Amino acid sequence: MNNKPLTELTIKEAKEGLRERKFSSVELVKECLDQIKRHDKKLNAFITVCEKEALEQARLSDEKIKNGDRSPLLGIPIAIKDIFLTKGIKTTAASRVLDNYVPQYDATVVAKLKNAGAVIVGKTNCDAWAHGSSGENSDFGPTRNPWNTEYVPGGSSSGSAVSVASNMCIAATGTDTGGSIRLPASFCNVVGLKPTYGRVSRYGIIAMASSLDSIGHFTKTVEDSALILNITAGKDRFDATTPQVKVPDYTVLNSKKKLKIGIPKEYIEGADNEIRITFNKALKVLSELGHEIVDVSLPHTEYAIPCYYVIQPSEVSSNLARYDGIRFGSKRDTFGDEAKRRIMLGTFTLSSGYYDAYYKTAMRVRTLISKDFDEVYKKVDAVIAPVSPTLPWKLGEKTNDPLKMYLSDILTATVNLAGIPGLTVPIGFEKGLPIGMQILGPQFSEEILFQIGSAYESETQFYKQKPNL
Amino acid sequence: MKIDVKHVAKLANLKIKDSEIEKFEKQLSEVLAHIDKLKKTETKNVLETSQVTGLESITREDKADSARILSQEEALSNTKNTENGFFKVKGVIQSE
Amino acid sequence: MKVVIGLEVHVELKTKSKMFCECPTVYFGKKPNTYTCPVCLGLPGALPVPNKKAIEWCVRLGMALNCKIPLFSKFDRKNYFYPDLSKGYQISQYDQPFCEKGWVEINGKKIGITRVHMEEDTGKLVHEAGSTLIDFNRSGISLVEIVTEPDFDNAADVKAYLQKLQQIVRYLEISDADMEKGQMRLEPNISIQGSKKPYKVEVKNINSFSFVEKAINFELKRQEEIIKNGETPIQETRGWDEKKQQTVSQRIKEEANDYRYFPEPDIPPISWTTAQLSGLKSSLPELPDQKLARFKKEYKLSDYDCEILIREKSIADYFEEAVKVGNEHNISPKQIANHIINKKTDVDKILPAELIQLIVQTSKTVQVDTKKLDETISLVLKENEKAVSDYKNGKEQAIMFLVGQVLRKTPKIDATLVKEKIKSKI
Repeated sequence: MNNKPLTELTIKEAKEGLRERKFSSVELVKECLDQIKRHDKKLNAFITVCEKEALEQARLSDEKIKNGDRSPLLGIPIAIKDIFLTKGIKTTAASRVLDNYVPQYDATVVAKLKNAGAVIVGKTNCDAWAHGSSGENSDFGPTRNPWNTEYVPGGSSSGSAVSVASNMCIAATGTDTGGSIRLPASFCNVVGLKPTYGRVSRYGIIAMASSLDSIGHFTKTVEDSALILNITAGKDRFDATTPQVKVPDYTVLNSKKKLKIGIPKEYIEGADNEIRITFNKALKVLSELGHEIVDVSLPHTEYAIPCYYVIQPSEVSSNLARYDGIRFGSKRDTFGDEAKRRIMLGTFTLSSGYYDAYYKTAMRVRTLISKDFDEVYKKVDAVIAPVSPTLPWKLGEKTNDPLKMYLSDILTATVNLAGIPGLTVPIGFEKGLPIGMQILGPQFSEEILFQIGSAYESETQFYKQKPNL
Repeated sequence: MKIDVKHVAKLANLKIKDSEIEKFEKQLSEVLAHIDKLKKTETKNVLETSQVTGLESITREDKADSARILSQEEALSNTKNTENGFFKVKGVIQSE
Repeated sequence: MKVVIGLEVHVELKTKSKMFCECPTVYFGKKPNTYTCPVCLGLPGALPVPNKKAIEWCVRLGMALNCKIPLFSKFDRKNYFYPDLSKGYQISQYDQPFCEKGWVEINGKKIGITRVHMEEDTGKLVHEAGSTLIDFNRSGISLVEIVTEPDFDNAADVKAYLQKLQQIVRYLEISDADMEKGQMRLEPNISIQGSKKPYKVEVKNINSFSFVEKAINFELKRQEEIIKNGETPIQETRGWDEKKQQTVSQRIKEEANDYRYFPEPDIPPISWTTAQLSGLKSSLPELPDQKLARFKKEYKLSDYDCEILIREKSIADYFEEAVKVGNEHNISPKQIANHIINKKTDVDKILPAELIQLIVQTSKTVQVDTKKLDETISLVLKENEKAVSDYKNGKEQAIMFLVGQVLRKTPKIDATLVKEKIKSKI
């Protein structure tokens, strides 16, 4: 551990330190809370900080640790994206509509993490209702990129990515419907996992697009990411879309298998030069690690955004119908502009006379996009691509142009349409801003993603770099 | 392709100020223009995907369970508009 | 002018838990909002998981109505806003329902059943002055909707259909189908051909059998008047007002509600194997029509007797039990039927075997000295001349009085026998 500040520890390191009594959970959590106090005014990663509850949980954790309790996350400070329901703790979806909503129950994932001993330090900021790719759509102010506070951290899970990147906590939960974990992870130099759709329960998480929402998390390392997935994955009787697929021990990462990795040309063609250069360096490393790199094609990629921006707003328009101000929340005119846009767009694409041309067609194009991946996975074990065609952009640069903002999802939305998993790992910097790559596999192939990612990470160690706060 | 913002807002139970209609019309039309790319795809004999999991027939046994039941207090806890245990709204006409 | 009526009936299933969550289904007379959970209250983040038994019961009802059961089916979202609809959409079925294209025979006519599908119930509204109160205890309860083709052309057939449907549903033991308790709800769509433009009027709030014919006939008359005047009745929803005994306009639908149906993404589709469907089919009890036919053949009873005996499955079963016992004691099915029908046997209080005993006892009394009986009857007739002349003048009850007088003197005699004898003597 040396003299590393406690806040810079990974889960693995923190667990060890706690077990060996090098420090206590109270000390660890307190340092995270101090970090929040120091930097969150500028970064705005949190909507709610649970100082009292967290310290109390930490104290209880220390006692449990003393008594030999080996729960996998005991005493570890984590943050929860504010669209996950936390019983008794205000949950806002970063929207004024819910700014006073105190949930009556916990999301399944929250219960699982609590059961594993995690200490919740707070609820993180995000684009309101998870609608956004930059973190600027929050009704509680934009979140800033810790690597350069004039730039966006990516969205919609902006606060969660930033909280881990700036060491305000050791892990944070997120959701990925069109790239909302992978994009901020790659913009903030952290590891982000979007699991297979249905791998992790959606129960208790404010629904954005029901057939696309994937429940994942941010960590500093790939191994930490695997540890969290061990806890959150699995069939949930409260979520009918979670298949009965065994949860292996994802932290077993010693496979030395050489894999065949496909690089989809459609994802490279549109990328900026600086992205391509860094990406090629990453490919070189993967090659040196013994993997075979081949070119592949995902021909329907250009239809991803049109397809995604029909299906997602359609489901959004229906999922947001329950916010009518009767049982909870404020009236519907409190919705922000972006929410209103998506609700209207989705209402239109489902409406009589337009359903066939838009929604039905999009559902068919979705099949074509999925089939692209099925075909490619017959030839390769994994697909690797950049996450964003550009570096992070400046705050305010795209906020007046909704379509331009939507196009930020151009390399990530296909993954949600196909329901496959994606792991984002940092691959370097350009102009002081982080760049990430996404490792994609067939459904339920997270083990392969972790294998590739962790070997790459050990080789390159970008996670050791910290932002100047 | 132009969206009738007024009509759609009504269906969506959203109040859009008259001053904002033009703004939304413009923004949504731009997005729709991009979405219209879908028309170029060949989807004649393609099946629709509404479930990526491939799951079928996921059901539960018919058993009453109080594990998730909310008390009346909990159910009403997030609004002030209540009366004698009921939620309360301004008068509406009889039934849908 | 041709009358065209189609029916939508909703039946509340008596499952133990709700359609998409495990909340108990008791709500009648309970304190408001005490049987809700995140799912049926429509809280953020909640997800539906369908009730297996409810689905099976829906399919069994479809089978009992001679429907085809597609091997693939799904739920859809029906999107609209109303305070009693907690999610802002109702989970229902749109284009791939569990059952379709069936039929049922009513008064010798074949009525087409378009579809039988599942959906969830809404909360309950209580209207006060200026405000509306909402109770979500009922939200999420399993409903089956049965839609007929517009094959009805008169109110009497509609009533007969409802009675038959209620009977079938009760035979299947999937619902108590009590109209007064809202467990069976009817919405006729009524129109008359011959108007300038086509139209349809939906009538709601018919809460009891006794009002079914009245409401429909009122509505038909109202529409006929309008058409005779060369106008077209407005396409709308009307409510039956019990106090005023008329239908009242509820809401003029300027545009039909655009429900924006799309497949429910939170619930994977339902698929059946032919083996599963055969299993469900064989689980069906003998249905009313079949039972009626069999009773007629097997027990050689009149149509009238059979209809009464099979009206409720429990009574039909009781009757057959009693027949079995009766066979050992030389008591005929006809005797048993008579007893049950005319003497209104309380089948809950007296066992079939006990009933047989009772009949045996009372028929034993036939071994009474007929000579003595004749004498007693003659005496009673002489002593009660007024009653005799009353009867001769048409007063039916007078004979019962006379029977009573005879029985007073000779108590253990079968009253029916006495009655017959008196009639023959007078």
